[in-house]
Amino acid sequence: MTVDAALGTEAPAAYLERYGLMLLIRLFETEMQRLFLKGEVHGTTHLCAGQEAVPVGVCSALEPGDYLAGTYRGHGHALAKGTSPDALLAEMLGRATGVCAGRAGSMNVIDVEHGLVGCFGIVGGSIAAATGAALAAKRQGRVAVAMFGDGATNQGYFHECLNFAKVFSLPAVFVCENNFYGEFTPMLEVTAGQDIAARAGAFGIPSGVLDGNDVWAVRGAAVEAVQRARSGHGPTLLECQTYRHHGHSKADPARYRPPEEVERWLARDPLTIARARLVDLGVGEPEIDEVEEATRARMDRAVQEALAAPYPDPATEHATEFAP
Amino acid sequence: MTSSGLEFRVAIREAIVEEMERDESVVFFGEDVAAEQGGVFAVTPGIQERFGSERVFDTPISELALSGAAFGAAVAGLRPIIEIMFGDFMGLAMDSLVNQSAKYWYLSNEQRSVPLVVRSAVGGGGRFGAIHSQTHATWFQGIPGLKIAFPSSPAEAKGLLKGAIRDDNPVIFLEHKRLYSVKGPAPAAGEVLALGRARIARPGKDLTIVSVGKGVPDALEAAEQLAAGGVQAEVIDLRTLRPLDLDTVLESVARTNRLLAVEEGPRTGGWGSGLLGRVAEHGLHDLDDAWLLATDELPIPYSPTLEDAFIPGAGAIAAAVRERAGIAVS
Repeated sequence: MTVDAALGTEAPAAYLERYGLMLLIRLFETEMQRLFLKGEVHGTTHLCAGQEAVPVGVCSALEPGDYLAGTYRGHGHALAKGTSPDALLAEMLGRATGVCAGRAGSMNVIDVEHGLVGCFGIVGGSIAAATGAALAAKRQGRVAVAMFGDGATNQGYFHECLNFAKVFSLPAVFVCENNFYGEFTPMLEVTAGQDIAARAGAFGIPSGVLDGNDVWAVRGAAVEAVQRARSGHGPTLLECQTYRHHGHSKADPARYRPPEEVERWLARDPLTIARARLVDLGVGEPEIDEVEEATRARMDRAVQEALAAPYPDPATEHATEFAP
Repeated sequence: MTSSGLEFRVAIREAIVEEMERDESVVFFGEDVAAEQGGVFAVTPGIQERFGSERVFDTPISELALSGAAFGAAVAGLRPIIEIMFGDFMGLAMDSLVNQSAKYWYLSNEQRSVPLVVRSAVGGGGRFGAIHSQTHATWFQGIPGLKIAFPSSPAEAKGLLKGAIRDDNPVIFLEHKRLYSVKGPAPAAGEVLALGRARIARPGKDLTIVSVGKGVPDALEAAEQLAAGGVQAEVIDLRTLRPLDLDTVLESVARTNRLLAVEEGPRTGGWGSGLLGRVAEHGLHDLDDAWLLATDELPIPYSPTLEDAFIPGAGAIAAAVRERAGIAVS
């Protein structure tokens, strides 16, 4: 299915909803930044502001029962897959009401109910998790998606699992969020061939390079890839080119990025692009304003509830090493 | 070791077949496991013919993908058994097992467990050299959330593997390559051994010898030799190294007051030194003596003369007991 065809089947209202979800992720990351500085978010955290169109576009192509494996830059992955902002934020704050009751934290979120196999703190771990989930998904008529960054494409996981998934024609979609930096290092300096999508060719896997800041483009390609997977025609690699607005983690001011490059990408903010497109499609400003307002209120509520929630009490925590 | 009865490799095969018959969600994959010979140790021939290539299949030589796929499949509802051909290759498979599978039950706040089994051939004595002869159990011993099973006989292998496949947690399952051709009595039909319980393989009153895997038949043979000299050694088969059944060891030591741990692996950081420490912690009042027979802090050598001297066999165990002060021997 082409991008236009994917769009043509839908009313702009569906995109207004996706815009709202992208905004929710942006607001979530803004709150994370603020709460981190206040000492409410502990350890470290990896923000995905600027990359929202990728998980929202991809997840819009999935059924609720499909699987998604995300990364340590995974707040957007979880929210796009259906994790509630309340449970996710409470988890970030280490509270008992968190989606993992405060046991997991920012880098390790798991939400089985919503098909989030997990967010993985090891670069490339999500690729293997989704490949395995795809083995089960094949029986279940489901699809499994791996989200990962450009850095993961130099891990063994990427090469072994793309090969594995193709050999067994697994219903998997490999989604690379290429934000052009692996931690502090430019992708182009450490990636032989400098072309991530082209690597799929070696495995006979169809691939595409997309504007990862355009939720329409991401959704169009994802719909096609998910259809291919679900109909038994095997995996696809999507290279979504995007940019993170912040550094790699909280310890990184990202001074290694040229200011003009940052400016160029900020001008292509996925939220700005989506909003302008909605207006072009005839969605009224008041309607958009209403979604924005509701989303802000939703996020505010999540923050208030999370801050009011209790920490887990070591005295009453009854962890067991093994499942019974 | 008897020359008739159930062969160890057949016991493993029967456990897999019976559990696959019983539970549609059990799948089995690895390198060469579905091929006609059924793996390099001919353990699993015929299983693919029986259950089809959707449930039993050969994979690329890709340990990272293999263990990662097993993890993801387990989370998504299957019960994978995978074979990492030689335990030494586990270095390539560790991330998904240690960082993902082992922690999932806890980190997810018990949303879901990861029921998978990783079978591997381990151990020395086969002249396979340093990197096809190791016993990787202790690489995983300090990882909460993993179980480690290491059977000592055909009957134990069958019962423990069935228990491992039914267990809802990730299980590292070790098969000593020098046990594959051993034959012994078959277990009672349908016997399933829950993981985490040791057994007394031979009762005795003078000292307790604790081991696991091939160390158990070696210790039993040593006990036989010692009995001829009037020393009654009790032999405990730990069966699983995690969870470790400390109670059975402590009860035995309370009767014998002497403890020897026999480990095919280096002294440092092994299960043997860990066991001695825990017995000291909980049962010091019962102990007159406790020591460890393990291997030198060296890689496993290739040459038969070097390898045979390196690995503690029955003769070395009996000699160690005789040499140790405190036990009268004739």
